[in-house]
Amino acid sequence: MISEANHDLQMAIYASMLVPIAGALLIFLCARFRGLIELVFVGTALCLLGVTISIVNLGADIFHQSISLINIIGSIPIAFHVEPLGILFACVASGLWLITTIYAIGYMNANKEKHLARFYMCFCLAMAAVMGIAYSANLLTLFIFYEILTLSTYPLVAHKGTESAKQGARTYLGILISTSIGFLLIAIIWTWFSVGTLDFSVGGIVEDKLPNNLLMLLFALYAFGIGKAALMPFHRWLPSAMVAPTPVSALLHAVAVVKAGVFCVLKITVYIFGIDLLDTTGANSPIIWVATATMLLASLVALQQNNLKARLAYSTISQLAYIVLGAALATSTSIMGSSLHLATHAVGKITLFFCAGAIYTATKKTLVSELNGLGRIMPFTFTAYTIAAISIIGLPPLAGSWSKWFLVDGAITADRLIIAIAFLVSTLLNIMYLLPIAINGFMSKPAYHSGTIQEAPFAIVMPSCITAGLCLALFFLLSYVYDFLLLLPLR
Amino acid sequence: MIGSHYPILQVVVPLVAAPLCSLLPKSKLPWLFATVISWLTFAISLALLVQVKNSGALIYELGDWPAPWGIQYYIDTIGAFVLVLVSLIASITLLASRELIEKEIAQEKHALFYTAFLLCYTGLLGIVATGDAFNVFVFLEISSISSYALIAMGENRKALTASYEYLIMGTIGATFILIGIGLLYMQTGTLNMLDLKQRIHEVDGFRSVHAAFAFFTVGICLKLALFPLHHWLPNAYAYAPSAVSIFLAATATKVALYLLYRVFYTIFGFEFSFDTLHLGYILLPLSIIAMVISSFTAIFQLGVKRLLAYSSLGQIGYMTLGIALETKAGLIASIIHLFNHAFIKGALFMCMACLLSRLHSTRITDLAGAAQHMPWTCAAFVTAGLALIGVPLTSGFISKWYLVLAILEKDWWWLAVIVLFTSLLSVVYIWRVIEQMYLREANSHSANIKEASPILLICTWLMVIMTIYFGIDNSYPVNMATHAAEALLK
Amino acid sequence: MIDYLINHYNYWVSILLMMAGLYIVIDHTNLIKKLIGLNIFQTSVFILFISMGKVDGGTAPILEQGYSSFSNPLPHVLILTAIVVSVATTAVGLALVVNINRCFQSIDEQEIEKIELEEE
Repeated sequence: MISEANHDLQMAIYASMLVPIAGALLIFLCARFRGLIELVFVGTALCLLGVTISIVNLGADIFHQSISLINIIGSIPIAFHVEPLGILFACVASGLWLITTIYAIGYMNANKEKHLARFYMCFCLAMAAVMGIAYSANLLTLFIFYEILTLSTYPLVAHKGTESAKQGARTYLGILISTSIGFLLIAIIWTWFSVGTLDFSVGGIVEDKLPNNLLMLLFALYAFGIGKAALMPFHRWLPSAMVAPTPVSALLHAVAVVKAGVFCVLKITVYIFGIDLLDTTGANSPIIWVATATMLLASLVALQQNNLKARLAYSTISQLAYIVLGAALATSTSIMGSSLHLATHAVGKITLFFCAGAIYTATKKTLVSELNGLGRIMPFTFTAYTIAAISIIGLPPLAGSWSKWFLVDGAITADRLIIAIAFLVSTLLNIMYLLPIAINGFMSKPAYHSGTIQEAPFAIVMPSCITAGLCLALFFLLSYVYDFLLLLPLR
Repeated sequence: MIGSHYPILQVVVPLVAAPLCSLLPKSKLPWLFATVISWLTFAISLALLVQVKNSGALIYELGDWPAPWGIQYYIDTIGAFVLVLVSLIASITLLASRELIEKEIAQEKHALFYTAFLLCYTGLLGIVATGDAFNVFVFLEISSISSYALIAMGENRKALTASYEYLIMGTIGATFILIGIGLLYMQTGTLNMLDLKQRIHEVDGFRSVHAAFAFFTVGICLKLALFPLHHWLPNAYAYAPSAVSIFLAATATKVALYLLYRVFYTIFGFEFSFDTLHLGYILLPLSIIAMVISSFTAIFQLGVKRLLAYSSLGQIGYMTLGIALETKAGLIASIIHLFNHAFIKGALFMCMACLLSRLHSTRITDLAGAAQHMPWTCAAFVTAGLALIGVPLTSGFISKWYLVLAILEKDWWWLAVIVLFTSLLSVVYIWRVIEQMYLREANSHSANIKEASPILLICTWLMVIMTIYFGIDNSYPVNMATHAAEALLK
Repeated sequence: MIDYLINHYNYWVSILLMMAGLYIVIDHTNLIKKLIGLNIFQTSVFILFISMGKVDGGTAPILEQGYSSFSNPLPHVLILTAIVVSVATTAVGLALVVNINRCFQSIDEQEIEKIELEEE
């Protein structure tokens, strides 16, 4: 029986994947006309945001209604459904994508990058894959789109075609494919074999079908298998992928790819294992410790980095570990914290990347030590940077403070005081590697005066200011997101 | 009723066509004739498949001589399945081959080439269709001898030595099979496979039957190119004319695998092969070594055709691994991979043919920047390469899924890890090629290279589309394989 | 024991020939000698087949009064086919060797390998 709402849902879900694909096709067809592809690119992003909003507007009635497309293996279909986490992820991704499109066009033009059509096309395809991940209704669908996302972003990372770009892209692909085939696929087939279903369903599907030690192994296989969540020691791809043009780093490595990773971890925790199961069996403990270690180690490594993008990359690894940790703690508060952090960190980190790109475009500088005094020349960029940095550190009145609050609260609820302390230590480290850049930028004297340096082009600065504004606005608006996430069927 | 004669027509049509083809004048005619014949046999194989589906296994008695005296043709589900596969790939290859052959082989040899091709094709069809053990040997030799000639027609003089090596190894293999047949005949007094199946239980304690089993195993594994009897294959595939590489890579080892099913499941029976004589104990380690070593070797190859040949060796390891699991699920996985891999490897070698037709080389360094000039060919290579790796939405993923599932059913964790590890190795060697095609700047002298001709592209994409289609809607091969496995295990 | 050996002498002969043939194929580097070895190897199998059809005191299968025991003709017929196959294989093999000699100026396996390696 297809009700009216169900029909709308079906249309909207298919549209959210078909719109970017259609965009990619259009770009392929009019590859010769530069202005046109830029128009199509932004238009696609707008349409996608519209589709996502229309899904939000369908309301809570349609949650967990599964829409099957075609049976792939035996009785396992490619199927989609809508649930709060997926909507949150889809909103974050499609919203920030719109901003990134403008930034990307500005950046690509200002830096005279080549192969634009291929670049925009792969960008669109990657978004289609992200939407597929967000709405996937079973593990197989999730896996398929996960792999498509990896493959479609590979050309973006290797975009420059230089030896170092190729090397970085090789590492990127190598780690993501190896972990997904080596661990994730095994975990999925194992789940299918021992549980007999792969559907994401409320309360989890594993139940008591596996003994505790195997459950621990399975959870670890999932956590490491989702290489996009960048748990150590499978994090190397993230810094390697920083050879990509900055818009790619910004969207894909602050929002789409890495967030797809942690989103998968969250979704598997909630809908495959169920947090009760993890909590009672203790199958989550190894991953808790690995995530804690990743969080602290990555922060320490970030301190050592002189290249701005590399520093941000390690900061991302550390922040992703927050989210994985929140998922692994498996309390409703920590899951809430993780989900909120998914949104707030995305907004914060994309701003930081935008600023790094703006600085590169204006000055061609990439090293932290070269940025002294630049704040006076590029006030907008550095203000945006400062706001985002403080948000990521987690100080009010910025959005990041809420998610960190819930995460620490979750650690305490789970009776793990050490983890709570680790969160605080990590916050201190955050301050140490993020803030000096802003302080030196404004306070120090410029190292060398070259009158030619000025603020980056408008199309680049504006997006960073918008996202910085979002960091601020979300602090006040986050209660809406919170209310929405209360719909998550945790208990 | 001509419908009742399809089993024999399937083999006789190309057999009769082969000598006729050599008499045709030097022109397009031999190609046209061979192509029409191949599509005709494809139609027959489809009709056979429908017949088998509707009324079960077909038994056809040659010249109406009843079974123990006359030769029987026996076509069951797996047979019909492999017949369709072989004839479809032969048809596509022949369709594409005109341009390739014109470039690679001297004009006066064209008619002879198509004659040899048709003979080879006949041999492969015959092995599958026949129900008589000695007939298998004859057809095996028909296909082998003609393929020695085909391989030797390669442009590079190394083709000659490759063909010679194949000849020595192939003949030893076929003679071993002949010894096995002789010993079985000695004990049972029959050559008919169905009769053998009945009678072998009365004599399965005899040592000569065990010896026959051993001779069969070695002989078939030689034809199958299972490690360590694989040495003839890489050079033979690498230096053969492109059309021959496509055809042999996609079908020859598959038919050898079919023979393995036939001999060990139908003639000897599952219990004797696996419980009494433990065939699995031999196949399992050899398959694992084949998968790992061949994939590693593939990584270091300089020529892409050789690289693909080594990759084939590894893929054969997957198929025998399925058998070595000694379960129904394993057999199903093996049959599914047999089917899927034929199209994947066919498509990849077809891409090589396209590249060779324009770049005149398939050395990995000569492919630099090929994607700029030949986007469609390179896109086909990427898609088929992804299928080889086993990326979802391609048929390779389906194979891998069923194989790993069958392994988990046995609770062999380490093996699942090895299988997935070897698919990572395939990522490495496929990616080496893709990187060359897409990320290197093209050589300066290659500025005016054009995309391959439309007919080649159509044939290539036909195979690529097969791999994608069967990656999404795989109910047909899976049902077929399940049905075939049930019949083989009965 | 001696009886056992003598009664099965046909097997000993074919095993001896088979091993000799295989040894030649493996050991010799001369491509033509390899083919000769291959032929010896195949011939041994033919002998195995033919001897197993033979019945002591049997004649050819003639369906007339007075001929009661006769040898099984089927293996002989099969071997006729196999001989044809073997001849064809040898012919193709020799043709290959002729061509190899033309292209490499050698029919010695090791020398050819050396030439091929230099080409790489």
